[in-house]
Order: sequence, then structure tokens, then C-alpha cells
Amino acid sequence: MSELHLFPNLVPVLPEIILAVVAIILLIAGAFTDEEAVPTLNLLAIFAMIGAIVAVCTLSGGSSTFDGAFQFDNFARYLKVLVLIGGAVSIMMSMSYARFQSFSRFEYPVLILLSTVGMMLMISASDMIAVYLGLELQSLAIYIVVSINRDSVRSTEAGLKYFVLGALSSGMLLYGISLIYGFTGGTNFYSIAETISVDGAGLGVIFGLVFILAGVAFKISAVPFHMWTPDVYEGAPSPVTAFLAAAPKVAAMALLVRVVMEAFQPALIEWQQIIIFLSVMSMILGAFAAIGQSNIKRLMAYSSIGHIGYALIGLAAGTEQGVIGVVIYMTVYLVTTLGVFACIIAMRRTDEGMVEDIADLAGLAKTNPWMAAAFTALLFSLAGIPPLVGFFGKFYVFLAAVEADLIPLAIIGVLSSAVGCFYYLRIIKVMVFDEPKDRLEPMAGELRLVLAVSGGFSVLFFLVWTPILSAATAAAQSLF
Amino acid sequence: MIGLSHYLTVAAILFVLGVFGIFLNRKNVIVILMSIELILLAVNINFIAFSAALNDLVGQVFALFVLTVAAAEAAIGLAILVAFFRNRGSIAVEDIDTLKG
Repeated sequence: MSELHLFPNLVPVLPEIILAVVAIILLIAGAFTDEEAVPTLNLLAIFAMIGAIVAVCTLSGGSSTFDGAFQFDNFARYLKVLVLIGGAVSIMMSMSYARFQSFSRFEYPVLILLSTVGMMLMISASDMIAVYLGLELQSLAIYIVVSINRDSVRSTEAGLKYFVLGALSSGMLLYGISLIYGFTGGTNFYSIAETISVDGAGLGVIFGLVFILAGVAFKISAVPFHMWTPDVYEGAPSPVTAFLAAAPKVAAMALLVRVVMEAFQPALIEWQQIIIFLSVMSMILGAFAAIGQSNIKRLMAYSSIGHIGYALIGLAAGTEQGVIGVVIYMTVYLVTTLGVFACIIAMRRTDEGMVEDIADLAGLAKTNPWMAAAFTALLFSLAGIPPLVGFFGKFYVFLAAVEADLIPLAIIGVLSSAVGCFYYLRIIKVMVFDEPKDRLEPMAGELRLVLAVSGGFSVLFFLVWTPILSAATAAAQSLF
Repeated sequence: MIGLSHYLTVAAILFVLGVFGIFLNRKNVIVILMSIELILLAVNINFIAFSAALNDLVGQVFALFVLTVAAAEAAIGLAILVAFFRNRGSIAVEDIDTLKG
């Protein structure tokens, strides 16, 4: 037994502390100011996130605190930056949305900050208690954010559905954790891995593993645990959907990678089968179910289910190459998704207000050529068409699968992404060839910025590809 | 003599009851909230039983955390339910149907 730490080392947790303190200050400030102050509070929240990004980038890696429950390594650093970008951008996009819709609530930046703290704890967790608490902090904040339009039936219904299924999934995760605790005698990832490698994976451990994977699969919306995704995406206000589609998916995927790679590394054969199953089902459902959709947010929900399937291919490989693939895939997914949602939030007409149907994009190439061009680039990138960044995201996970002798999985991935091209191309066809409808309102400045950065990344990614690749490699190496 | 396996069996039965309560229930959402609580408490029985059997305190600490989170979760669930009821005028499960694809 080492010396007893009465006061834990708080340096590795500095970014989380910054966000949590700012969230509490904003909550108090919001309670004592009126609606006029909301844009200022939003800006402060964005600055807090930028401060946290700086802190995350400057902290030295490889440290752990709270008796090994919290770990700050290169993997945590890389994914925390992604999550913080997702959070900051979705607050930014909500600011332009709030100018035209009744959305000016100071609770929004506070809840996004708290949820981001939860996600960062998930990414750094290396003890089952930390996993559970991080996951719950993230989810509880999101349940409220989804139903933040409390006068709308659709928003509250989406919140209710997400709450019930989310609570069920954390119950399953928790049941799995209790079995793992009972059959390995510990909650720390390393003690679990050590016990499994000595005693082998018995029935109790496998049961626990299955429940934990089911619980996390809910959060990343992998098939067969995806039922909530289309409804929640459609019902939630668009900036919330943008947040929901980007940051929590990245955080839950990071958690999944860390749990299977650190705690269950010795049980690779067992979890590999489950991940392959989730991956194949998600890719196929994502490709086929999106075809019949007319609402663009529902379509993005099925598209995100499919993309999670592709990212899981890399995880199924179970190698360092595979983890690099997952990390790069989630980077590409995050940036592209935020850009697509900037377009969706910009779909607004003077008389009708917000519109969400794919048909409302008709003739966008004539009425708003720049937005149509950037949107087309993002959709081609999501479809995985070669010169764009989405292709390279898929390339790395497929490569990892082939190197790990999972050739059938890679083939299914290629085929379903070919099917998936269809519905992305359909949107482009509507934008370019259909008769123009009434003009959409011009995009707000924040949305233009997000769309330009995201569209620019999907075309000119090779300018920043080397640093991204080396950071992703460093991230993956810290898990092995 | 009541041993570990008895506790685990009780917890497993409660857990399954909770899951079935969510999926088979056609009446109202309050029952779903109760089922969620049942699931979390079943897990707590597991933790406490394992903690006693392993002679290790971590399980009991975990159970306390679960209780705390369960309270927060119930508060948020009820709040969302109240907001939904004000808009829809009903909390029957079959009325949660405006979003469909």
C-alpha cells in the first residue's frame, strides 16, 4: 500500500474543474439576469471551452489521479479536444438559432458545459465508478437539453423517450458492472484485466461484459440499441440535435474503446464477436433505413447509426491500427456532422420558419450556390467519395480490418457504404436538379463560419492531415 | 443458510421484472419510472451482496453513488414527464406517438 493521499493531485483534472466552475458561475449569473444577457453567457461558455482546450493541450500526459480512477494520457487529450470543439460549436450554432426562434434560455450553455464535463470524465475514466458517474452526468444533462423547448410536444416527447431508454441502458451498464465487480473483485480497469488474464473469462465475466457493451451501445446508438435515435434527433431543437450527433457519440466511443482495450483486453475473442455483430447490423441498417426518409434530421440519425458501424470496424480489429482508425473516423465524423447541421439550422424561410424536409432544399444550387457547394462537399465526404476526407476515414478502418484478417467485415463495410451513397446523392440531386422553391433565408454569420471550416476541412484536409495522423497515432499508442 | 447465490437470484429477478416493466407496460409512464428504479435497486443488491462476499468496501461505496444518481435521475424524469403532460394532456404510453418515421 502506497502512502495515503488525503488530497488528490488535481492538476490532471484542471480542464474539467475550469468547465465545472464556469458552469456554476453561469448558472448563478443566469438566475440574476434577464434574457438580454443570454448571448453574453453563451460567449463566456465558449471562452471556457477554449480555455479548457488550451489546458488540455498544455497538460503533460501519462498522469493519473484519484487512486487510478482518472487517467490523462494522449488518448484522453486527443478525444477531449474533439469533445470540447463539438460542445463549443454547438453553443455557437445555438446563438444564431436563438435569434429567430424562442430558444434564449441561459440553461442551455450551463447544461452543455456540465454535459461536456461528464464526457471528459468518461474519456479519462479508468475505474468503473468513474465510468458510471461520467456517463450519468453526460446523460442527465442531455435529457434536459433535448426537452429544453418545454412548450413543444415534440421536444418534450423526444426528451421523455430519450430519458426512458437512456435510463434503461445505464441500468444495464450498471448490472454489467456489478457482475464484473463480483466476479473479478475490483472496479479498476487494470485490476479487472489482471484478474481476467489470470483466471480467464468465466461465465459471470462474459455476462457482465455483454451487459456493459449493451449499455454503451445504447449511447453510441449501435443497432440493435438504436431505436431512440431517429425520434430524438427529429424532436429535439436543431442545435441540440447537432450537439447530440457530435460530441456524446465521440465520448461514448472513446469510453467503449478504453473499456474493451484496457479492462477487457484479455477477453478479446469474446468482445470481438459482439463488436463485429454491432458493427455489421449498424452499417446495414444505417444504409437501408435512411433511404425512405423525407425529414433531413431523421436521415442524419440513420446516417449516424451507419457511421458508428464503420467506426466499430476499427474497434473490432482490436489492434493499434484499428484504434488509430476509430480515432480518425470519429474526428472526420465530428467535423462533417457539425457542418451538415450548420446547413440544417440554416434551413429557414421568412414565412414558414424552420423547415426540415429534404424537399425544402430544392434548387438550393441556384438560390444559394455557396451553401449548396459546401453542403455537397460534406455529403460526398459522408458518403466516402475518394478525394474527400470521409474516404480516408473509412480507408483507415477498412485497412485495419483487413490487416486483422476480418476481410468479410471490410467487404460488408464497402458494400453498405456503396448503398449509403444513394441517399446522400439523392439530397444532392434535389439541391442541384429540382425546381427551386422559395429562397431560404441567408445563413447567419456563425453558421457560415462553421460550414466554411467544416467544408474546407473535407476538401483541404491534406493541409492538416500529418499533425492529425501523428496525434491519432500517439493517442492509440497510449492504450497499448 | 442464505448465501451469495440467493441474493444474486433475488437481484436478477428484480432486474428482469424492471426490464419487463418497461417493455410490456401499456398503461402509463409512472410505471416505467418505477421500473427504472427497480432496475437500479436490483443492481444495488448485487453490489452489496458481492461487497459482503468479497469482504471489500468498494461495492458499498458504489451502491451509495448509485442511490445518489438514481435520485437525480428520478427528479429529471419526473420533471420531463410534467413538461410532457402539460403539452399533451396525457401520460399514457400509447400517447407518446407524435414522432414517427
